[in-house]
Amino acid sequence: MSTATPISRVNDFVVRFANVNGSGSASANEMFARAVMRMGIPVAPRNIFPSNIQGLPTWYEVRVSEAGHLGARGGTDLMVAMNPQTFEKDIAAIEPGGYLFYDSTKTLPASKFRQDIGVIGVPLTAICNREYTDPRQRQLFKNIIYIGALTALLEMDVKIVEQLIGEQYKGKDKLIEPNIKALHTGRDYATLNLECPLGLRLKKSDKVGNRIFIEGNAAAALGAVYGGASVCAWYPITPSSGLADAFTRHCEKLRVDPVTKRAKYAIIQAEDELASIGIVIGAGWNGARAFTATSGPGISLMQEFIGLAYFSEIPAVLFDVQRAGPSTGMPTRTQQCDITSCAYASHGDTKHVLLFPEDPAECFEFGAQAFDLADRLQTPIFVMLDLDIGMNHHLSQPLAWDDKRAYDRGKVMTAEELEAGKDFGRYLDVDGDGIPYRTYPGTHPTKGSFFTRGTSRDRYAKYTEEGAPYVDNMQRLVRKFDTAKDLVPRPLIANAAKPTKYGVIYYGSTAPAMDEAIHMIEPRGHALDRMRIRAFPFHSSVNSFVADHDFVFVVEQNRDAQLRSLVVNECGIDPVRLVPILHYDGTPITARFIAKAINDHLEALKVTPMKVTS
Amino acid sequence: MTYLAKPKFHHPDLPKNELGYTHRDYEGTVSTLCAGCGHDSITAAIIQSCFELSIEPHRVAKISGIGCSSKTPTYFLGNSHGFNSVHGRMPSVLTGANLANRDLIYLGVSGDGDSASIGLGQFAHSLRRGVNMTYIVENNGVYGLTKGQFSATADRGSKSKRGVINTDNSIDLAAMALQLGASFVARSFSGDKQQLVPIISAAIMHKGAAFIDIISPCVAFNNHAGSTKSFDFVREHNEAVNRLDFISSRMPIEVKYDPGTIEVVEQHDGSKIALRKLAADYEPHDRAAALGFLQHHAAKGQIVTGLLYMEKASEDLHGHLHTVDVPLNTLNAKELCPGQAALDKYNASLR
Repeated sequence: MSTATPISRVNDFVVRFANVNGSGSASANEMFARAVMRMGIPVAPRNIFPSNIQGLPTWYEVRVSEAGHLGARGGTDLMVAMNPQTFEKDIAAIEPGGYLFYDSTKTLPASKFRQDIGVIGVPLTAICNREYTDPRQRQLFKNIIYIGALTALLEMDVKIVEQLIGEQYKGKDKLIEPNIKALHTGRDYATLNLECPLGLRLKKSDKVGNRIFIEGNAAAALGAVYGGASVCAWYPITPSSGLADAFTRHCEKLRVDPVTKRAKYAIIQAEDELASIGIVIGAGWNGARAFTATSGPGISLMQEFIGLAYFSEIPAVLFDVQRAGPSTGMPTRTQQCDITSCAYASHGDTKHVLLFPEDPAECFEFGAQAFDLADRLQTPIFVMLDLDIGMNHHLSQPLAWDDKRAYDRGKVMTAEELEAGKDFGRYLDVDGDGIPYRTYPGTHPTKGSFFTRGTSRDRYAKYTEEGAPYVDNMQRLVRKFDTAKDLVPRPLIANAAKPTKYGVIYYGSTAPAMDEAIHMIEPRGHALDRMRIRAFPFHSSVNSFVADHDFVFVVEQNRDAQLRSLVVNECGIDPVRLVPILHYDGTPITARFIAKAINDHLEALKVTPMKVTS
Repeated sequence: MTYLAKPKFHHPDLPKNELGYTHRDYEGTVSTLCAGCGHDSITAAIIQSCFELSIEPHRVAKISGIGCSSKTPTYFLGNSHGFNSVHGRMPSVLTGANLANRDLIYLGVSGDGDSASIGLGQFAHSLRRGVNMTYIVENNGVYGLTKGQFSATADRGSKSKRGVINTDNSIDLAAMALQLGASFVARSFSGDKQQLVPIISAAIMHKGAAFIDIISPCVAFNNHAGSTKSFDFVREHNEAVNRLDFISSRMPIEVKYDPGTIEVVEQHDGSKIALRKLAADYEPHDRAAALGFLQHHAAKGQIVTGLLYMEKASEDLHGHLHTVDVPLNTLNAKELCPGQAALDKYNASLR
């Protein structure tokens, strides 16, 4: 085996904790990530967890990046290997010159280790058995003890960790002192017995600024509160349940009448996703802002209702926190795999508005904006999160709201307007934008009522099965979709420093990895113009961006290049000009993956036809 | 073809209710169901009931699923908003509508295929949540629009028009509603207007989940010998538990039925229900007894009709959720949006 120079880096490395699910490691690991943030160093943690409550392997990866790269990087510099089940694989995943931290209570043969890594053994089980008699305490404090050892090994500010323990157990003050003691037990062991610090070190910085540490699900849920949602119906499904839970928590704090203590919201945990979306549509029809939170399988179940909402033009908001395929297993892994199933959800000719937030700040912003769009366009709006954005803490710009901002309730005809004799046709396009007026039930005793159906109706909502009114209505819906193009968030373009023939399109949680990948691609002499798409239907600038380049990479996290298909289909673009870069193994896409794939492609283009392959 | 508007003129001497509306103001378009359909009698009963209760027609929301029964909301209350939703999903749409505006009256119209087959789950969960609604199942034991297949309420051993014998057990929706905690459960027969109108009125005034199973023979596919939901079969096997008169707090209705003991029940809003007991010992406030009574008679092949159960002090879903008194759909940004100050505090807690 070869040896390697030990990695020596400050504020720029990846720590990966390998644990057993249900062992209480999650809160200790999260505390580690928070401590890094409190030291002013940008940090990006990611939880890789199984579809299981207890027993299966789980990992918590903490990327530390002074330069501010928040995407997944790939590779591990320090492995905290606490799970015997995955020990060998975990060791194999360490970068050459990296470090292994393990429980050395039981002596392991040298063949278990690699020659090219630094091995740090702490007899955690022995320490716990000596210090504690209660088996549960032994397990829980073991996590804090390894965090304590890491504070010495990485030169962390231990005061910050102590402070975090105090915050975490606020109200359960009895737990503070024993946790701090466990922290110091680990720290003292490392200081006395190990060479501290390692080549990897943390140094206080000022790169975090006023950013906050938040999960996308919590931010999206708060967006729904600020966007005026008063009805939420949902069915538990990973990874979206946290969004509904967060909405409940936010509402309990922010939406209870201070005098009467009554709720200015209604939340129903429905019997299934069909009922969830049915409740949302009923509430939207009746003039309340309503949403559901779900994932791909839920979207599949909601298909019929989504079509009804599209045709009967009822505002609804759906948060789809995307994950890999059906049933159990991969569904706790991230993907961007519901793009086509949402864009064209349901039977008949349907098209829907999708929003693609890149981080929690946009989850909040788009989460609120979705309700204005739903009311304005009278149609379902999909906010497309994914597991990576939704369930992981991200360093994000603080959430912001303009207090002067008013809700756009769209075209709703009032009793006064009806009384004054204004012509009301539920499906009548009065001003060319394809959007008709609606009335809320109960508005006027004799005017403005209508019967809501699917497709069999004319401009005045009168029943008909004739072809011409059907076509007329379908054409109006196309006009309405065109109107949407200028209402949804526009794509953001970042041009390369020098003119280039090549571009890249990406969206959602791919953004941080893509931004970092550019820093890897440019030094090799390649220039790329970037477009981050933030919504569907596509703004006209998507067409011009593709037209302005010889070809454009489309980077996404699914197998079938779903967004690329949408661009081909909706913009009428020759598929040859759109090169798919696809990552879909269930882990978040990395900068290394993108840079390699794009570099390989561009290097091949540099080559003349004479090239001999080796 | 299918939405013939009725002529607007009517006799000047038509009786008016307290609001000055005539019976005609509660009508909708002309029915497109088969002549003699039991569903049309139910439509007539709903019209009569809303007229007698002096309900403002536009304060009712009519929501249905899919099927012959679910088409009927166009035939009554032409000035109300209606929603012909998707098959088996009326209860969820109604629940959402009710959450958005607690001040309207919600009339859910469904059929046996819609509620007992494809929509059994939503039927069950809307009742156990206590949604304030009148949930009517127009029950003919057959799929009419798709030409005569059995539904899940078709009795075992009954024969379809094509001669097929049903071998599956039937679902008794009224018994299920009792078990699921509906706070008002009744069964009636489309041909018995005298019983049906007051039951519908009482259900509308009831606060909570009111369920009415209305046997409604299908003249096209389920009115032949061998069917257990034909007019003749139901008339012969009907066991009425009580006669019900609804006395609105505003407009008492004359009792027209045979004399008998009357139990007057005061509802949440002060309106009163008078129960005329035909079965001398029937007590409509005992859920367990009602269930036993229903099953006891079902075993004997009898269809019990009347008000089977009513909770005296029921609470609806809004009560469970402690929502504000005003409809949620009237809350504006000032009431819903916590503003930047709250956001600043929240941001600070995340650093």
